[in-house]
Amino acid sequence: MQDPAVDYTEVARSGSFQALLAAKRKFLLPATLFFLTFYFLLPILTSYTHLLEKPAIGKISWAWIYAFAQFVMTWTLAVVYMRKAAEFDTMAADIKEGRNA
Amino acid sequence: MHSVSFILFLGIVAITLVITALAARQNKSAKEFYTAGGGLSAWQNGLAVAGDYMSAASFLGIAGTIALAGFDGFFYSIGFLVAYLVVLYFVAEPLRNLGKYTLADMLAARFGEKSVRAVAAVNAISISICYMIAQMVGAGALIKLLLGLDYTKAVIGVGVLMTVYVVFGGMRATSWVQIVKALLLMGGTFILSLLVLSHFGWSIGGMFDKVSGLLDGKFLLPGNKFKDHLDTISLNLALVLGTAGLPHILIRFFTVKDAPTARKSVVIATLLIGVFYVMTLFLGFGAAQFVGHKAIVEANKAGNMAAPLLAQAMGGSFLFAFISAVAFATILAVVTGLVLSSASAFAHDIYGQIIKGGKASETEQMLAARFASVGVAIVSILLSLKAESLNVAFLVGLAFAVAASANLPVILLTISWRRFTPTGAVAGMAVGLISAVVLVMLSPSVWSPEVGKAIFVGEPKFPLANPGIVSIPLGFIAAIIGSLVSKKPASDAKFDEIVVRANLGPGSPPVTDEAVAAGR
Repeated sequence: MQDPAVDYTEVARSGSFQALLAAKRKFLLPATLFFLTFYFLLPILTSYTHLLEKPAIGKISWAWIYAFAQFVMTWTLAVVYMRKAAEFDTMAADIKEGRNA
Repeated sequence: MHSVSFILFLGIVAITLVITALAARQNKSAKEFYTAGGGLSAWQNGLAVAGDYMSAASFLGIAGTIALAGFDGFFYSIGFLVAYLVVLYFVAEPLRNLGKYTLADMLAARFGEKSVRAVAAVNAISISICYMIAQMVGAGALIKLLLGLDYTKAVIGVGVLMTVYVVFGGMRATSWVQIVKALLLMGGTFILSLLVLSHFGWSIGGMFDKVSGLLDGKFLLPGNKFKDHLDTISLNLALVLGTAGLPHILIRFFTVKDAPTARKSVVIATLLIGVFYVMTLFLGFGAAQFVGHKAIVEANKAGNMAAPLLAQAMGGSFLFAFISAVAFATILAVVTGLVLSSASAFAHDIYGQIIKGGKASETEQMLAARFASVGVAIVSILLSLKAESLNVAFLVGLAFAVAASANLPVILLTISWRRFTPTGAVAGMAVGLISAVVLVMLSPSVWSPEVGKAIFVGEPKFPLANPGIVSIPLGFIAAIIGSLVSKKPASDAKFDEIVVRANLGPGSPPVTDEAVAAGR
């Protein structure tokens, strides 16, 4: 189904493709590490400690503030990735069309 | 009250049948059947993903759990949402770039072995059927309560409708049913949330003040539902990692033209689903305050009637009927997506690719897809009829656990690990599936010393209700060990091809550096 003339190994090893992978990794790895840590810290803190049970605003405790922060984090990381991915798309288009950066 | 409900339910049935009739005219090729021709826009698919995902378990279940257990119910909302970052970062784009109709296609792009495709198809079918039984049993109970129709008729009615949508309208009808449902659900939930807020004097702080006294003053504190710490972590693990392995969600990304559109649709879905889950809080708090614990439990032990009862309290019988009709649309849209995903695993993977070796004609493919849809629907209806008196809520949890344990490890390793082998893929999927299922079979969800609390009476052999914390690592370990003990891939060419295609997508073949140097 794929064009047999394309040497994928050569593309995979090319500098521009490696640069694309590195750019993706540079964003995705820290972002993922961050969101997983942030996510799991909530159930860990509420399960094993009482730290978040202190009131933050009126009757609203820190656990609730943290819970809402998860929503803000998810939306922010989704939108940030979309911006970032536009750069990846440009890099990918350059590789496909043979423009070397 | 029944008559208003009945008219609204009929209205929903009528709208969805019109959608199906319109879609049926275009439903003439396998590509159209499985992917709606691949021509949905990012917004359409974003709405459809949201419609596919926000199940009755989310709408009725989470609102009920928050109403009965306060903070702990909100864990579901958070997990179901954050999960979309995994979908967005690692799964949606490579899947769109490598696959055609199913998740198994993506794995088969790397491993030609039929065993890989077969196990992937079995997983997809198992996950979808588990999820479907949970939805249909819920639907039967809901319709029985709302329309006074008996359970058997209700389940068969839902079953017939979902089959009609899929068989005649394929993915196009499925998508539009999901879009309409997403809009209805968001709209209905928004109206209810506003009403709740108005009853709390338009003050969020006031709302928290009011409900803080419920459950003996413990309503706002964590720990009302989840007593076992490890189980809580395990649940959260399956929630955040499961979505990225759910076949009915994954097949949605084949309905758009390319990876950037798939990406955009995930972002749109994430925004919509997030807004919805924030609103579940208003529903839960409102029901806890204005319906009350006792009335919610009396209507349904698990709290599934909290949202409709809240509607009754806020807006009388018309709003009750409207919200109930929205719940009905929700169930229809989700089961329809599930029929399509299991039918595609049967008809495309098992029949088209494994039995026919990818050489089935267009007519044969369409026929197989339709037969598979009918078959899947019949099996699900029969299983759901048998399960009426069982507490099957754990099946949704099981579907997430299997998706996270069996599918996600293999998806990630396929696109990232050079040393990954077909044996590793089969081992990872099989161990993930079997360990999740076996652990749930031995868990407190199935065994309880208290009569009527679970399916069997007796001590659970496995202490956690959520198997994820054990089965997800097992899925990864099995995939890695299976790869290391099997023969190393003969050459790196296949992996290089996968990495290039996953990242660059199809379209014009990549031009090599040499070609560039030569000025071509």
